[in-house]
Amino acid sequence: MKARLAMKRPIKAIALISGGLDSLLAAKVIQEQGVVVEGINFFTGFCVEGHTHAIRKKDKDKLKRNNALWVAEQLDMPLHIVDIIEEYKDVVINPQHGYGANMNPCLDCKIFMVSKAMQWIADSDYEYDFIITGEVIGQRPMSQRKETMPVIAEQSGANDRLLRPLCAKNLPPTLPEREGWVDREKLFDFSGRNRKPQMALAEHYGFTDYAQPAGGCCFLTDKNYSSKLADLWQARGERAYELDDIMLLKVGRHIRPKSHYKMIVAREEGETRFLQGYKKQFPHLQPISHNGPLTLLDGMPTAADLELAAQITARYSQGRDAESVTVEIMFEGETSTLQVSPLAAHEISPDWMI
Amino acid sequence: MSVLKQLDARNLLCPLPVIRTQNMVKSLHPGDTLEVVGTDPGILNDIPAWCRISGHEVLEQHSGDNEYVISLKVGDRLRGTS
Repeated sequence: MKARLAMKRPIKAIALISGGLDSLLAAKVIQEQGVVVEGINFFTGFCVEGHTHAIRKKDKDKLKRNNALWVAEQLDMPLHIVDIIEEYKDVVINPQHGYGANMNPCLDCKIFMVSKAMQWIADSDYEYDFIITGEVIGQRPMSQRKETMPVIAEQSGANDRLLRPLCAKNLPPTLPEREGWVDREKLFDFSGRNRKPQMALAEHYGFTDYAQPAGGCCFLTDKNYSSKLADLWQARGERAYELDDIMLLKVGRHIRPKSHYKMIVAREEGETRFLQGYKKQFPHLQPISHNGPLTLLDGMPTAADLELAAQITARYSQGRDAESVTVEIMFEGETSTLQVSPLAAHEISPDWMI
Repeated sequence: MSVLKQLDARNLLCPLPVIRTQNMVKSLHPGDTLEVVGTDPGILNDIPAWCRISGHEVLEQHSGDNEYVISLKVGDRLRGTS
């Protein structure tokens, strides 16, 4: 960070904004002390904040908003959204501190994001004095513990320019506190998983419509999603992914009848529409005699695999009880049709379901 | 003279259209117009929200054939590096 010339400009901070309540409050607490705060939000590809959760018709009544942008509006501050998809791969694939309950590398993720904020500041034409996060000691079992707080500060390179306003009183004073840029007495001593202090503070500030994602802000904390990612790596024989891979893990039923290919079967119209965008990249099937789902085939299916794939696709169509369903197949650049009998429910092995 | 630019954000899910918009606006000047075309209906909410916090003006937005179009005018209010 660039040295601040004596009182030539206001104190400025960058707040990591996930879109959740804690980062909203952390930024607000510092704004209230007269510090100019700008938000930064990192897009990893695994963020729940995207609208993939709204693809399905059953989710259509959910408010389609990006919560990080909503937070920035509430605080009337700029928000810088940064694409870190490529760089983030190494965090997911090789986390130095390991995974949490699922494929979530939470501690490495936090270190990475704070270090990226430091890098963003260094590359900026503007000057910022410190970084804010909404971390609370004891809030998360992996990354937000008393022992991990100094690890994040040190390994990110932020050191004592990293301020956690919601639990600062439980930690040694940071540079902004020691320099008097912020008043430590007006910071908080929240700890543990109890959300009541945050909810009370939100009420104090008049925030009512804030996001409360049940599983955090990242798909990697989700058991089902993590299983699909582990399956993808196992099937490919390497721990690697592209953005399309991780987007598709969020959509449809994933069925692996054989080790060398899997099916992504749209669960309803919204998902079929979404998967349409991938038809050029994947062999695909869709019933034409009955309404039914678009199905992508990922991997190395052979021509001999197509009949089983068609039977499974037919199982999820409106012709599931019919004797025969006609399925259109696009495979190796050729379009063909197959008449198949839909598989019965008991013929679909639970082992195929990812 | 103001410039009219177009951004194709089709088949991108939010927040990628917002990120692409943000990055393109950095290369434009106050008064320039940017038209963003996308297929994620979320852009109708997110890009106007981003414009409001970044000091840009939404001129028009409309939808049809599963596509959504937003025209914005680059503002002269300097907020951060947006």
